[in-house]
Amino acid sequence: MSWNEQADSRSCVLLRLGERRFALAADQVAELVAPSRIFRFPHRTPEIDGVILRRGRTVPVCDLAEKLTGKRLTSRRFYLIAMRLYDSVKETVALPVSGECELIHADLTPAGPSDSPHVAAWLSHDGEVIEVLNLAALTPGIDPATGIANGEPVPEARA
Amino acid sequence: MARGSAVRRGHPVRTEQIILFRCSNQIFAISSASVQEVRSVDSLAGAACEVNESTISKVRHALRRGDRSIYVVNTALHFGLKPSPPALIFLLRKSRVALLIDGIEKMTTMTRLQVLPASLCHEERSWYRGLTVLEQNVLPVVSPEGFLTSEELTFLDATTGAQFNTDANMDSEMRVTP
Repeated sequence: MSWNEQADSRSCVLLRLGERRFALAADQVAELVAPSRIFRFPHRTPEIDGVILRRGRTVPVCDLAEKLTGKRLTSRRFYLIAMRLYDSVKETVALPVSGECELIHADLTPAGPSDSPHVAAWLSHDGEVIEVLNLAALTPGIDPATGIANGEPVPEARA
Repeated sequence: MARGSAVRRGHPVRTEQIILFRCSNQIFAISSASVQEVRSVDSLAGAACEVNESTISKVRHALRRGDRSIYVVNTALHFGLKPSPPALIFLLRKSRVALLIDGIEKMTTMTRLQVLPASLCHEERSWYRGLTVLEQNVLPVVSPEGFLTSEELTFLDATTGAQFNTDANMDSEMRVTP
């Protein structure tokens, strides 16, 4: 996703994580689905819970709530299936959300240099200022420039 | 990968025979072509040399095959799982690795190996060849090369080579002692 210096009008999907709302650019969202069985196996990427099956394909589940709100979600009402770009390859990732999602059209203000890397932009909606998320900074993956994985691996494998 | 006889839309479907095995309540898949021999752990008694190298805690035994050492990897420890009493050993083909496992679930065929999602970006990328879906279950397909790195093998060789030589010398000395 590229963000202009000027305020930009775009479609966004509002999502709820606990008490807070965040936004994702609509062109990064594939679908909203009901929670399904998570398949877990040993790995060392702490942000990934496991994988779900969507139309025969495995989709990693990445809970953003802990990173963004400091708390893990106690209830997962839906998975927002989002597109994450890895180098030139798009891959889907399932983001657990705790409430319904809403498609809106809003003016975006680009993130400033002092904003956290996970903030791609800001928008204002219903009197609330909402962070538009930068998925590349929030979800794990190999940095194509350095070939190094972002985030620290957990010493004990998750299963 | 073996070519199966199934045909879909005029193209042969590639299939691969796999063994589903259990380790600490987790099911993994391995290509049956990668497994040369399945043995009981009882066969380790007397045949294996103990490895007392604390740096690679998942390897506690080595087997001597000709002039090569084969290192027995505790699969549960390798994957960071709770250790459970292993019952079987997989001797891997064209490899210097053997695996301690709890048991075999079954042999079956996979028709599709899905790439590991890019968001899984740490050691698991060397652990697994990918994921496969069998009867609505997702199973990781282990990579036989992912259990010990070449550096670990070199390190183990250096540690156990001396031990095997000592044992061999002791054997020869014992033979000449009445």
